[in-house]
Amino acid sequence: MATVTNTPVSDLLKSFKLKTKQQELLIRVSILCLVYILAFIIRLFSVLRYESMIHEFDPYFNYRTTLYLTQNGFYDFWNWFDYESWYPLGRIIGGTLYPGLMVTAVLIYRILHFLRFAVHIREVCVLTAPFFASNTTLVAYFFGKEIWDTGAGLVAAILIAICPGYISRSVAGSYDNEGVAIFALLFTFYLFVKAVNTGSLAWSLASAFGYFYMVSAWGGYVFIINLIPLYVLVLLITGRYSMRLYIAYNCMYVLGMLLAMQIRFVGFQHVQSGEHMAAMGVFFLMQVFYFLDWVKHMLSDTKLFQAFLRITVTCAVAVGTIALGLGMLSGYISPWTGRFYSLLDPTYAKDHIPIIASVSEHQPTAWSSFMFDYHILLFLFPAGLYFCFKRLSDATIFIVMYGLTSMYFAGVMVRLILVATPAVCLISAIAVSATVKNLTVLLRSKNKGVLTGSTKGSSSSKASSKALLDQSQPFQKNGAIALLFGAFYLLSKYATHCTWVTSEAYSSPSIVLAARGAHGNRVIFDDYREAYFWLRQNTPADAKVMSWWDYGYQITAMGNRTVIVDNNTWNNTHIATVGRAMSSYEDEAIEIMRSLDVDYVLVVFGGVTGYSSDDINKFLWMVRIGGGVFPVIKEPDYLVNGEYRVDKGAAPKMLNCLMYKLCYYRFGEMLTEYGKPPGYDRARGVEIGNKDIKLEHLEEAFTTSNWIVRIYKVKPPNNRW
Amino acid sequence: MEAPIRATHILGFALFFLLFFVCRSSPLHDLLISSAERRIDLTSHIVKVYLTLKVENAGSSPTSEILLAFPPTQVDHLATVEALVTKGKRKKTTLVRLDVKPTELPDAPNGTKYFTIYLANPLNSGESTTLEVLYLFTHSLEPFPAEIGQSESQLVYYRDSALILSPYHIKQQTTFIKTPSTKVESFTRVEPTNRAGTEMKYGPYEDHPPYSSSPILIHFENNSPFPVVEELVREVEISHWGNLQVTEQYTLVHGGARHKGVFSRVEYQSRPTLSGTSSLRYLLARLPPRVHSVYYRDEIGNISSSHLRTDSRKSELEIEPRYPLFGGWKATFIIGYGLPLQDFLFESSDDRRYLNFTFGCPLLETVVDKLTVKVVLPEGSKDPSAVVPFPVEQHLETKYSYLDVVGRTVVVMEKKNLVPSHNSHFQVHYTFKPIFMLAEPLMLASAFFLFFVACVAYLHIDLSIRK
Repeated sequence: MATVTNTPVSDLLKSFKLKTKQQELLIRVSILCLVYILAFIIRLFSVLRYESMIHEFDPYFNYRTTLYLTQNGFYDFWNWFDYESWYPLGRIIGGTLYPGLMVTAVLIYRILHFLRFAVHIREVCVLTAPFFASNTTLVAYFFGKEIWDTGAGLVAAILIAICPGYISRSVAGSYDNEGVAIFALLFTFYLFVKAVNTGSLAWSLASAFGYFYMVSAWGGYVFIINLIPLYVLVLLITGRYSMRLYIAYNCMYVLGMLLAMQIRFVGFQHVQSGEHMAAMGVFFLMQVFYFLDWVKHMLSDTKLFQAFLRITVTCAVAVGTIALGLGMLSGYISPWTGRFYSLLDPTYAKDHIPIIASVSEHQPTAWSSFMFDYHILLFLFPAGLYFCFKRLSDATIFIVMYGLTSMYFAGVMVRLILVATPAVCLISAIAVSATVKNLTVLLRSKNKGVLTGSTKGSSSSKASSKALLDQSQPFQKNGAIALLFGAFYLLSKYATHCTWVTSEAYSSPSIVLAARGAHGNRVIFDDYREAYFWLRQNTPADAKVMSWWDYGYQITAMGNRTVIVDNNTWNNTHIATVGRAMSSYEDEAIEIMRSLDVDYVLVVFGGVTGYSSDDINKFLWMVRIGGGVFPVIKEPDYLVNGEYRVDKGAAPKMLNCLMYKLCYYRFGEMLTEYGKPPGYDRARGVEIGNKDIKLEHLEEAFTTSNWIVRIYKVKPPNNRW
Repeated sequence: MEAPIRATHILGFALFFLLFFVCRSSPLHDLLISSAERRIDLTSHIVKVYLTLKVENAGSSPTSEILLAFPPTQVDHLATVEALVTKGKRKKTTLVRLDVKPTELPDAPNGTKYFTIYLANPLNSGESTTLEVLYLFTHSLEPFPAEIGQSESQLVYYRDSALILSPYHIKQQTTFIKTPSTKVESFTRVEPTNRAGTEMKYGPYEDHPPYSSSPILIHFENNSPFPVVEELVREVEISHWGNLQVTEQYTLVHGGARHKGVFSRVEYQSRPTLSGTSSLRYLLARLPPRVHSVYYRDEIGNISSSHLRTDSRKSELEIEPRYPLFGGWKATFIIGYGLPLQDFLFESSDDRRYLNFTFGCPLLETVVDKLTVKVVLPEGSKDPSAVVPFPVEQHLETKYSYLDVVGRTVVVMEKKNLVPSHNSHFQVHYTFKPIFMLAEPLMLASAFFLFFVACVAYLHIDLSIRK
């Protein structure tokens, strides 16, 4: 249309065109900045509602180690043998953790201090997860740009910034490996896709370093080291083998493997563990492929090549199988771990590893939690897959594979929703972006036609042709407008849903419990910290505390006391011993406790407040885990007709086991609710069955103000005079 | 008198020593106390002793020094000694505070320690004056039994002498001892001794020579909690942008009879009057008025059980430790608050500035074993000097806070064994040029400016590549 206008107008238009480009850049940058900030501040609900504190269980261990790292430096941290956990075994901290998170936090802390920001390390730890979530949005933008276009990138950034599936593990205070690892995961994938797209050594080198960071941060790196070979394999099968792929994969794999070996906890697993063998197999396969390619290039005879191919492939497969078989048989290559099996077979953990099955976040995912965590993304995901298949490229194949595999894992374990979230967001972003783009293109071309028609009567022929096109598809404009409104409605619903979920469900620190009082006021139950602080201040510094493993990290971090077992469930027998002690009669339990030098026993009890995740409700898992190692403990002894009860009809072994006694000691005198008999357990809604509990070898040392935590002291043995 | 003493200490002239002894020893025997009345208040864990002395100069030369004597066991626990004298006649009597200084005497029997009261006007021979002396002891109630269960009440010993220890002859003396309740297990009788209600009366005793004493032991019930702050670090940070930030780190311990055996929450909750009567449930801190952004936390986070009441004259912060403190139990916590700067920072005439703030611990009825006050001056302050009404140990430190380049000067003052009456004001003088106030905002502004310049530069380069 510029052709028909006179020169000054065309000049103006030209300069205007440049300006739109700048405007586009400006809008894009400001949207990204806003998304970056939004991703950060939506995660601050917990700080506003509660306080700047570390949440849940594992983050307390991470916090404690970070504190140690800031105080003692990296070498001491690397060589740290922790006497305060797993008494009397201890734990080699440096060799049994992923140090990425702690090192990152300390690095941020050091940089801030270098810039003269005198922040406390706790604040850094609390805000690490939101900070990395913000960075993830940037990565999502670039990833979206790489696989589709800038529009999809922007939508992906917005979607992932507020997606509840990701927020659940990255709110302020949730100082856990996943907070950093999801960033590292997506970043590695992005760099790898970039490397595959460009075939540049620089990008594959960067992806190797991204992989190294991921390995240092989270055990979930196994997903990368299996997904990428799988992706390469799919590309090979679909005939998309290229030099770019060869460079990207080989560089990434070799360097990534060497770098990953620097992490002590991972060590030589890349060459010794069954879980990493797929990557190595694909690596050799690539070489075979390259070799064949070369031979094909050298031999011009197809028949000869066919024969050669057959021989080479057979040999390669045979050699690979024999090598794997020998490795397996000689024990050099370790078999798959139980955790890996439980991913492939969701029923495996339930039958074989009760300690994995006992964790609520390892349960298979319910549909409701998919809906809760993904909302409209659940519907957009298939649509996005459709668009991806419509425009297949190396990059879209990758995102499709990432989406499908992670979706499967998300179905197996609740916590793996987190891993699927970036893929779901990216694929949904493609759906949103492609749909909206198509619709707006439709609207715009029509508007343009109308505009040209009204302003420039000279080009009537064009206008008439446009009008003809419009008539050929009736209601197209209205339909497009309606669809656009529908899309915006859904997206705004998504935003409100995400905000609501974040503020209501995912911002509770779970250390401090909040409830509504009788007058609608907010009641705070701060019993955990009350008990841990009491332990810290009023027990001997070398006291050993026995509790179920859930509270181990918190006791060492907040109570600063030695624990028998903790959340790093590396020694099943030790945990089973504690489970056995808890489910035995007191005089049997005292023998176990004396053998472990236990000074205090800590139990969590929700009968007064109605707090349901207490030790009585977890008790059957203690019985199962204890019984798994010590057959003396039999689950049916604690059940009545397969039913778990604590009232008068409970099994006699249940009514007299240590856990029952410790939880309900002197609870029979307590009036918890009006109109109910004394000793009415509000968590389970029954009157307890054994109100006259006498303790022989233990005495009550401390009970918190709402009875949530009860601590007992093991009495010294009586003098035999 | 002061000058020659200092001179002897510094120069060590034998002549001065001689002179000093002559001067010193003469008033000892010339003064006599015609009547003494002592009231010992044992209701809280800080023992308060009010002593009214009628001093007569029986010698020939005028004197302006009067000695107070304390046995060495008591002197360790002595927190403060104040002496007042009534001035004016009948209606218009005003109390005037006198100087009291610890004094060493070479011939003190059994390690007796002395304090000298310096009279404003010398006491001429034959004249007499009435002195009001107040002194406080900490850690002077010994729990017996040393360990009690949750439902037992706390019994303590108090040791003293029925006769006032004095280097002077006392003609007549009486001692009244007030106990918190009527429950007194036992007490030493030194006739005449009477007991009525919560008060015991020893005396009157006539004509006792110098340094006479008669030990007494009282065993009584004291169910008040014994809040002892083992260590308190107060940090006062001055910001010339209008805020005074105070951070106080407490290590609190219940100094009463140690808790023994079981702590039963059900008993503690259902029978609060019988169970854990001596436990420390809450503390009251009196903060200056117009206090804002108060927080109360410890190493593991915020403590939600606190209440703040403010009015125009004072602010009261009621804090509950995470758990009730029984004897021997500890709790550490931090209280922080902000104050408007104009209430505490003033400009003196010589173009210097000074901070005027309270020294002691804001918690009521609390003993502080060791107090460290740190005054963090703004960056760029010079020549700090502190004026404290009692002797303290002082030194300087440097602290780095937000955006500090050279660090802030910190005036550190340390003192041991404090009681609430040490809550008097102290001053820290320093010079500060207002231009330093702008340093940090300018730094921030320039950093942002550079950042944006970098962005602009980057964008321009980016565009030029695209073309």
